[in-house]
Amino acid sequence: MNVSDPIIELRRVSKAFGRQRVLDDIDLKVERGKSTVIVGRSGTGKSVLLKHIVGLLRPDKGEVYFESRRIDNLSERALAPVRKEISFVFQLNALFDSMSVAENVAFPMVEQSSNRVNKRKISRLASHCLELVGMAGFENKRPAELSGGEKKRVALARAIAIEPAPKVILYDEPTAGLDPQRADVINKLIRHLQHKVNVTGIVVTHDMKTATEVGDRLLMLWNGRFIADGTPEDVMRAKEDHVRRFVDGNAEPEDLKSLSA
Amino acid sequence: MTRPGTLEQSIGGLGSWMLGLFEQFGRFCMFSVGAISYTPLDLVTRRGWKHLIPQAFAIGTQSVPVIMLTGAFVGMVLVVQGWAQFDNAGLADRLGVIVNISVAAELGPVLAGVMLAGRVGGALTAELGTMNVTEQLLALRSMGCDPIRHLATPRFLACLLLSPILALYADLMGAFGAWIIYSGVYGGESEPYWFYTRQAVEYWDLGTGLVKAFFFGGAIGLVSCYKGFHCKGGAEGVGQACTQAFVISFILILVLDFFLNLVINGLYENLYGYRGLLF
Repeated sequence: MNVSDPIIELRRVSKAFGRQRVLDDIDLKVERGKSTVIVGRSGTGKSVLLKHIVGLLRPDKGEVYFESRRIDNLSERALAPVRKEISFVFQLNALFDSMSVAENVAFPMVEQSSNRVNKRKISRLASHCLELVGMAGFENKRPAELSGGEKKRVALARAIAIEPAPKVILYDEPTAGLDPQRADVINKLIRHLQHKVNVTGIVVTHDMKTATEVGDRLLMLWNGRFIADGTPEDVMRAKEDHVRRFVDGNAEPEDLKSLSA
Repeated sequence: MTRPGTLEQSIGGLGSWMLGLFEQFGRFCMFSVGAISYTPLDLVTRRGWKHLIPQAFAIGTQSVPVIMLTGAFVGMVLVVQGWAQFDNAGLADRLGVIVNISVAAELGPVLAGVMLAGRVGGALTAELGTMNVTEQLLALRSMGCDPIRHLATPRFLACLLLSPILALYADLMGAFGAWIIYSGVYGGESEPYWFYTRQAVEYWDLGTGLVKAFFFGGAIGLVSCYKGFHCKGGAEGVGQACTQAFVISFILILVLDFFLNLVINGLYENLYGYRGLLF
């Protein structure tokens, strides 16, 4: 495997739920160490795409590769080592309600350590991760006691709390539901983590501010296909109608039909 | 092409419903095999016990008061129902035989199972269902953990192992409640009551009741976890899953009870022959 090879590759991936085709012959190569952002309207299959990368969904057609190894045909058991190298920050944070913040952050390390668990080391690493995301001192709180932004930061801490550090972090709508200031904190954290931990990031969002701030590369998904691909600056200047309307935050004409009727 | 008529549509609908049912059953079997397959490992590893003990506390210990109350009232009601008939026939001192066999072999395990399905089954489905709709199950999978092993197996094991113990509590409280009403309310004599009860009630009755409770506990654990793992559609979906889990567990308890009774009675007659209870 060459370092210049894409760390993640999707080849002609298609996925449908019933009659609804969500991904349509998608090709994607994700460069190592960079931050790739996928934007698109809600319900266009961005999260579905992310779930294919970590094997939570299987494509109807096409292939998924991680570090040049095909993973879409692996069993759940065979996928486990791959999943230890890819962290996922879920849209709803997916913190475990029954555990404290510290236990949530330590959970991947506890579960993934093959030998007898070194509790002190894990606890130290969990505290360090919480410190990285500005959540030191929250160790004993429960997720229910945290605000939306704090939960998101704990979810980020959990995503990096693996030893060795994950090679890829997948972010599903990291700023959804947050006020602009909290969203800015999360954007800066994603950038900070990328430099500090040197991971490849794939961010799915519909927030253009997040997209331009955290992305080295920006793609737009529309009707199951990518209709824009380039640097954030390129995409912001794109002329294509759908891209233009999305970037400017204008509705599609067909969405307004019901209003004019 | 002609459009299908009403009959064809009905047959098609029925076929599609049946296929859906088979598919659900297949998924349930796969899920059950997954959950059961981890039990030997979880019973011998520290990690398995670490997950099992909190569940055993929630499912077993916290159910004790309600199970004891259920058992006591079952015994008390049986005496109230049977007293007049037995007393008129001059057989009041044999009432304990019928009541205690009914409680130990049948009503104790069944009602403890029903109570467990309502109290524990609903809570398990709601907990796992909420974890499902808030992506916590997906999060576990994304970290390389098997949610069935991590969540379903300890809950299934706790239901399986603690259900017989809870049934035993129900049996003891049923016998106690029945005797209290018999002697305290109706003024029956205690000595012949316990004499005939000791003569008629065998370890077989108690043992078969506990075996039934073991199966009921397993069924409640599997159904409740399965429903939680497969619910969809937010809070409404979780609510529906809880209702379905209780209804299916309840029906399964009755169906299992019927078939287990057929097997147990057949076995008894083959081993020991006919048993007369009153004479």
